[in-house]
Amino acid sequence: MEDRDVKNVLARVLGPAEPEVGCDACFDELDRYVELEAAGADADAAVPGLRAHLEGCPACREEHDSLLALITARG
Amino acid sequence: MSALAEATVFDVEPLVVAGSTTRPAESTLDPESREWVTALGSVGATHDDAVARLHALLLHAARFEVARRRQALPHLRGDDFDDVANQAADDALVSVLRRLGDFRGASRFTTWAYKFALLEAAVKLRKRAWQGRELPLEPESWTALASTHLEPQAELEQRAVISAIDRAIHEVLTPHQRTVLVALALNGVPIDVLADRLGSNRNALYKTLHDARRRLRAHLDECGLAVDGAWEED
Repeated sequence: MEDRDVKNVLARVLGPAEPEVGCDACFDELDRYVELEAAGADADAAVPGLRAHLEGCPACREEHDSLLALITARG
Repeated sequence: MSALAEATVFDVEPLVVAGSTTRPAESTLDPESREWVTALGSVGATHDDAVARLHALLLHAARFEVARRRQALPHLRGDDFDDVANQAADDALVSVLRRLGDFRGASRFTTWAYKFALLEAAVKLRKRAWQGRELPLEPESWTALASTHLEPQAELEQRAVISAIDRAIHEVLTPHQRTVLVALALNGVPIDVLADRLGSNRNALYKTLHDARRRLRAHLDECGLAVDGAWEED
Protein backbone atom coordinates (compact mmCIF):
# COMPACT_ATOMS: atom_id res chain seq x y z
CA MET A 1 0.00 0.00 0.00
CA GLU A 2 1.22 3.44 -0.81
CA ASP A 3 2.28 5.58 2.10
CA ARG A 4 -0.34 8.14 1.12
CA ASP A 5 -3.12 5.54 1.45
CA VAL A 6 -2.08 4.69 5.00
CA LYS A 7 -1.92 8.37 5.82
CA ASN A 8 -5.42 8.81 4.44
CA VAL A 9 -6.77 6.06 6.68
CA LEU A 10 -5.02 7.49 9.73
CA ALA A 11 -6.26 10.97 8.87
CA ARG A 12 -9.84 9.71 8.69
CA VAL A 13 -9.50 7.89 12.01
CA LEU A 14 -7.70 10.63 13.94
CA GLY A 15 -9.26 13.67 12.29
CA PRO A 16 -7.82 17.17 12.26
CA ALA A 17 -5.57 18.17 15.15
CA GLU A 18 -6.76 21.78 15.11
CA PRO A 19 -9.91 23.15 16.75
CA GLU A 20 -12.87 22.91 14.41
CA VAL A 21 -16.48 23.94 14.14
CA GLY A 22 -19.29 21.38 13.99
CA CYS A 23 -21.46 20.52 10.98
CA ASP A 24 -24.25 23.00 11.83
CA ALA A 25 -21.82 25.91 12.20
CA CYS A 26 -20.12 24.82 9.00
CA PHE A 27 -23.40 24.98 7.12
CA ASP A 28 -24.23 28.37 8.60
CA GLU A 29 -20.92 29.85 7.45
CA LEU A 30 -20.36 27.94 4.22
CA ASP A 31 -21.74 30.58 1.83
CA ARG A 32 -19.61 33.37 3.30
CA TYR A 33 -16.51 31.15 3.41
CA VAL A 34 -16.88 30.01 -0.19
CA GLU A 35 -17.43 33.52 -1.52
CA LEU A 36 -14.29 34.68 0.29
CA GLU A 37 -12.36 31.79 -1.22
CA ALA A 38 -13.67 32.56 -4.70
CA ALA A 39 -12.63 36.19 -4.26
CA GLY A 40 -9.11 35.17 -3.22
CA ALA A 41 -9.59 36.52 0.32
CA ASP A 42 -8.36 34.86 3.52
CA ALA A 43 -11.42 32.73 4.27
CA ASP A 44 -9.63 30.76 6.99
CA ALA A 45 -8.93 33.91 8.99
CA ALA A 46 -12.52 35.09 8.62
CA VAL A 47 -14.08 31.79 9.67
CA PRO A 48 -11.73 30.03 12.13
CA GLY A 49 -12.18 26.30 12.49
CA LEU A 50 -14.03 25.73 9.23
CA ARG A 51 -11.04 24.57 7.20
CA ALA A 52 -10.21 21.99 9.87
CA HIS A 53 -13.80 20.79 9.85
CA LEU A 54 -13.72 20.31 6.09
CA GLU A 55 -10.65 18.11 6.55
CA GLY A 56 -12.47 15.98 9.09
CA CYS A 57 -15.97 15.76 7.59
CA PRO A 58 -16.23 14.28 4.06
CA ALA A 59 -19.91 15.21 3.70
CA CYS A 60 -19.38 18.89 4.49
CA ARG A 61 -16.28 18.81 2.30
CA GLU A 62 -18.26 17.55 -0.68
CA GLU A 63 -20.89 20.23 -0.23
CA HIS A 64 -18.21 22.90 0.10
CA ASP A 65 -16.58 21.72 -3.13
CA SER A 66 -19.93 21.74 -4.93
CA LEU A 67 -20.86 25.23 -3.75
CA LEU A 68 -17.47 26.61 -4.74
CA ALA A 69 -17.72 24.94 -8.15
CA LEU A 70 -21.26 26.20 -8.67
CA ILE A 71 -20.61 29.85 -7.89
CA THR A 72 -17.38 29.73 -9.88
CA ALA A 73 -19.23 28.30 -12.86
CA ARG A 74 -21.95 30.96 -12.64
CA GLY A 75 -19.50 33.77 -12.14
CA MET B 1 -1.99 29.71 23.39
CA SER B 2 -5.02 31.70 22.31
CA ALA B 3 -8.51 30.99 23.53
CA LEU B 4 -9.36 29.83 20.03
CA ALA B 5 -6.48 27.40 19.86
CA GLU B 6 -7.69 25.82 23.11
CA ALA B 7 -11.23 25.53 21.90
CA THR B 8 -12.96 22.26 21.17
CA VAL B 9 -15.33 21.56 18.33
CA PHE B 10 -18.27 23.39 19.79
CA ASP B 11 -16.34 26.17 21.49
CA VAL B 12 -15.27 27.80 18.27
CA GLU B 13 -17.54 30.74 17.59
CA PRO B 14 -16.53 32.17 14.23
CA LEU B 15 -19.32 34.70 14.18
CA VAL B 16 -18.17 36.21 17.45
CA VAL B 17 -14.50 36.00 16.62
CA ALA B 18 -14.53 37.18 13.05
CA GLY B 19 -17.82 38.66 12.04
CA SER B 20 -21.16 40.07 12.93
CA THR B 21 -23.94 37.99 14.47
CA THR B 22 -26.67 40.37 13.45
CA ARG B 23 -28.51 40.47 10.17
CA PRO B 24 -27.73 43.67 8.31
CA ALA B 25 -30.48 46.03 7.28
CA GLU B 26 -31.72 45.40 3.77
CA SER B 27 -30.03 48.62 2.68
CA THR B 28 -26.63 46.99 3.34
CA LEU B 29 -27.34 44.08 1.00
CA ASP B 30 -26.15 44.07 -2.56
CA PRO B 31 -28.95 45.15 -4.95
CA GLU B 32 -29.72 41.64 -6.23
CA SER B 33 -29.91 40.15 -2.73
CA ARG B 34 -32.07 43.05 -1.57
CA GLU B 35 -34.47 42.40 -4.45
CA TRP B 36 -34.75 38.73 -3.50
CA VAL B 37 -35.40 39.45 0.19
CA THR B 38 -37.92 42.17 -0.58
CA ALA B 39 -39.81 40.12 -3.16
CA LEU B 40 -39.91 36.96 -1.04
CA GLY B 41 -41.13 38.99 1.92
CA SER B 42 -43.93 40.61 -0.07
CA VAL B 43 -47.39 39.29 -0.88
CA GLY B 44 -49.38 38.57 -4.00
CA ALA B 45 -47.99 38.24 -7.50
CA THR B 46 -44.57 39.67 -6.59
CA HIS B 47 -44.13 37.02 -3.91
CA ASP B 48 -45.40 34.21 -6.12
CA ASP B 49 -43.09 35.22 -8.93
CA ALA B 50 -40.12 35.35 -6.55
CA VAL B 51 -40.93 31.90 -5.18
CA ALA B 52 -41.12 30.49 -8.72
CA ARG B 53 -37.76 32.08 -9.60
CA LEU B 54 -36.26 30.76 -6.37
CA HIS B 55 -37.47 27.23 -7.13
CA ALA B 56 -35.87 27.41 -10.58
CA LEU B 57 -32.62 28.59 -8.99
CA LEU B 58 -32.68 25.74 -6.47
CA LEU B 59 -33.50 23.19 -9.16
CA HIS B 60 -30.49 24.38 -11.13
CA ALA B 61 -28.27 23.87 -8.09
CA ALA B 62 -29.76 20.44 -7.34
CA ARG B 63 -29.20 19.33 -10.94
CA PHE B 64 -25.64 20.63 -10.73
CA GLU B 65 -25.03 18.43 -7.68
CA VAL B 66 -26.66 15.41 -9.28
CA ALA B 67 -24.52 15.82 -12.39
CA ARG B 68 -21.34 15.98 -10.28
CA ARG B 69 -22.17 12.69 -8.56
CA ARG B 70 -23.76 10.80 -11.43
CA GLN B 71 -20.61 8.95 -12.50
CA ALA B 72 -20.14 7.55 -9.00
CA LEU B 73 -23.67 6.12 -8.90
CA PRO B 74 -23.90 3.83 -11.97
CA HIS B 75 -26.69 1.69 -10.48
CA LEU B 76 -29.15 4.63 -10.40
CA ARG B 77 -31.31 5.34 -13.46
CA GLY B 78 -31.94 8.64 -15.19
CA ASP B 79 -35.38 8.89 -13.60
CA ASP B 80 -33.82 8.46 -10.17
CA PHE B 81 -31.57 11.46 -10.74
CA ASP B 82 -34.48 13.58 -11.94
CA ASP B 83 -36.50 12.57 -8.89
CA VAL B 84 -33.65 13.47 -6.55
CA ALA B 85 -33.13 16.87 -8.18
CA ASN B 86 -36.81 17.76 -8.05
CA GLN B 87 -37.30 16.55 -4.48
CA ALA B 88 -34.14 18.38 -3.41
CA ALA B 89 -35.36 21.63 -4.98
CA ASP B 90 -38.78 21.27 -3.33
CA ASP B 91 -37.29 20.56 0.11
CA ALA B 92 -34.70 23.31 -0.26
CA LEU B 93 -37.43 25.80 -1.15
CA VAL B 94 -39.23 25.01 2.09
CA SER B 95 -35.98 25.39 4.06
CA VAL B 96 -35.00 28.68 2.41
CA LEU B 97 -38.42 30.25 2.99
CA ARG B 98 -38.50 29.03 6.58
CA ARG B 99 -35.02 30.39 7.29
CA LEU B 100 -35.24 33.59 5.27
CA GLY B 101 -34.88 35.57 8.49
CA ASP B 102 -31.49 33.94 9.08
CA PHE B 103 -30.02 35.43 5.92
CA ARG B 104 -27.46 37.93 7.19
CA GLY B 105 -26.20 39.23 3.90
CA ALA B 106 -22.76 37.74 4.60
CA SER B 107 -22.86 36.40 1.04
CA ARG B 108 -25.01 36.96 -2.00
CA PHE B 109 -28.54 35.66 -1.51
CA THR B 110 -28.14 33.20 -4.37
CA THR B 111 -25.01 31.65 -2.80
CA TRP B 112 -26.84 31.36 0.52
CA ALA B 113 -29.83 29.68 -1.18
CA TYR B 114 -27.70 27.35 -3.30
CA LYS B 115 -26.23 25.63 -0.27
CA PHE B 116 -29.67 24.39 0.80
CA ALA B 117 -30.26 22.74 -2.58
CA LEU B 118 -26.78 21.22 -2.69
CA LEU B 119 -27.24 19.82 0.81
CA GLU B 120 -30.64 18.31 0.02
CA ALA B 121 -29.41 16.75 -3.22
CA ALA B 122 -26.22 15.38 -1.67
CA VAL B 123 -28.02 13.84 1.29
CA LYS B 124 -30.67 12.26 -0.93
CA LEU B 125 -28.04 10.78 -3.26
CA ARG B 126 -26.05 9.33 -0.36
CA LYS B 127 -29.17 7.71 1.03
CA ARG B 128 -30.19 6.32 -2.39
CA ALA B 129 -26.73 4.88 -2.88
CA TRP B 130 -27.00 3.00 0.42
CA GLN B 131 -30.67 2.10 0.18
CA GLY B 132 -31.21 -1.55 1.14
CA ARG B 133 -27.57 -2.08 2.02
CA GLU B 134 -26.52 -3.39 5.39
CA LEU B 135 -24.21 -0.95 7.16
CA PRO B 136 -20.74 -2.33 7.93
CA LEU B 137 -20.32 -1.54 11.61
CA GLU B 138 -17.43 -3.86 12.43
CA PRO B 139 -13.85 -2.86 11.66
CA GLU B 140 -12.41 -4.35 8.50
CA SER B 141 -8.92 -5.81 8.64
CA TRP B 142 -7.41 -2.37 8.59
CA THR B 143 -4.61 -3.25 11.02
CA ALA B 144 -2.92 -5.11 8.14
CA LEU B 145 -2.36 -1.75 6.47
CA ALA B 146 1.26 -0.96 5.86
CA SER B 147 3.08 1.48 3.66
CA THR B 148 5.45 0.26 1.04
CA HIS B 149 8.99 1.59 0.70
CA LEU B 150 9.32 2.47 4.38
CA GLU B 151 12.57 2.21 6.25
CA PRO B 152 12.45 -0.62 8.84
CA GLN B 153 12.33 1.79 11.77
CA ALA B 154 9.54 3.85 10.19
CA GLU B 155 7.59 0.67 9.42
CA LEU B 156 7.88 -0.43 13.06
CA GLU B 157 6.64 2.97 14.23
CA GLN B 158 3.75 2.89 11.82
CA ARG B 159 2.71 -0.58 12.95
CA ALA B 160 2.92 0.52 16.59
CA VAL B 161 0.60 3.46 15.92
CA ILE B 162 -1.92 1.35 14.01
CA SER B 163 -1.85 -1.34 16.70
CA ALA B 164 -2.31 1.23 19.48
CA ILE B 165 -5.25 2.82 17.65
CA ASP B 166 -6.88 -0.56 17.13
CA ARG B 167 -6.55 -1.40 20.83
CA ALA B 168 -7.89 1.99 21.80
CA ILE B 169 -10.91 1.60 19.51
CA HIS B 170 -11.85 -1.52 21.46
CA GLU B 171 -10.74 -0.50 24.96
CA VAL B 172 -10.93 3.29 25.25
CA LEU B 173 -13.97 4.31 23.26
CA THR B 174 -17.56 3.94 24.45
CA PRO B 175 -19.67 1.46 22.43
CA HIS B 176 -21.45 4.35 20.67
CA GLN B 177 -18.19 6.15 19.88
CA ARG B 178 -16.78 2.89 18.52
CA THR B 179 -19.80 2.28 16.30
CA VAL B 180 -19.69 5.79 14.90
CA LEU B 181 -15.94 5.94 14.37
CA VAL B 182 -15.71 2.51 12.75
CA ALA B 183 -18.65 3.15 10.42
CA LEU B 184 -17.63 6.66 9.38
CA ALA B 185 -13.84 6.65 9.47
CA LEU B 186 -12.95 3.05 8.68
CA ASN B 187 -15.83 1.67 6.67
CA GLY B 188 -16.78 4.76 4.69
CA VAL B 189 -20.44 4.91 5.64
CA PRO B 190 -21.76 8.42 4.79
CA ILE B 191 -22.62 10.37 7.92
CA ASP B 192 -26.17 11.13 6.72
CA VAL B 193 -26.84 7.44 6.09
CA LEU B 194 -25.59 6.46 9.54
CA ALA B 195 -27.59 9.29 11.15
CA ASP B 196 -30.71 8.04 9.40
CA ARG B 197 -30.21 4.47 10.59
CA LEU B 198 -29.40 5.52 14.16
CA GLY B 199 -32.20 8.08 14.41
CA SER B 200 -29.66 10.86 14.91
CA ASN B 201 -28.43 13.81 12.85
CA ARG B 202 -25.21 14.85 11.16
CA ASN B 203 -24.17 17.39 13.78
CA ALA B 204 -24.69 15.03 16.72
CA LEU B 205 -22.83 12.16 15.02
CA TYR B 206 -19.94 14.42 14.10
CA LYS B 207 -19.61 15.50 17.73
CA THR B 208 -19.44 11.82 18.71
CA LEU B 209 -16.80 11.24 16.01
CA HIS B 210 -14.87 14.28 17.20
CA ASP B 211 -14.91 13.10 20.83
CA ALA B 212 -13.77 9.62 19.75
CA ARG B 213 -10.90 11.10 17.76
CA ARG B 214 -9.82 13.20 20.76
CA ARG B 215 -9.77 10.09 22.92
CA LEU B 216 -7.66 8.19 20.38
CA ARG B 217 -5.20 11.06 20.08
CA ALA B 218 -4.96 11.31 23.87
CA HIS B 219 -4.36 7.56 24.11
CA LEU B 220 -1.57 7.71 21.53
CA ASP B 221 -0.03 10.56 23.48
CA GLU B 222 -0.18 8.55 26.71
CA CYS B 223 1.51 5.65 24.90
CA GLY B 224 4.30 7.94 23.75
CA LEU B 225 3.09 7.59 20.18
CA ALA B 226 1.99 11.16 19.61
CA VAL B 227 1.08 11.65 16.00
CA ASP B 228 3.55 13.93 14.34
CA GLY B 229 3.77 15.30 10.83
CA ALA B 230 4.85 11.97 9.40
CA TRP B 231 1.42 10.51 10.14
CA GLU B 232 -0.70 13.46 9.24
CA GLU B 233 -2.40 13.89 5.89
CA ASP B 234 -0.32 15.97 3.48
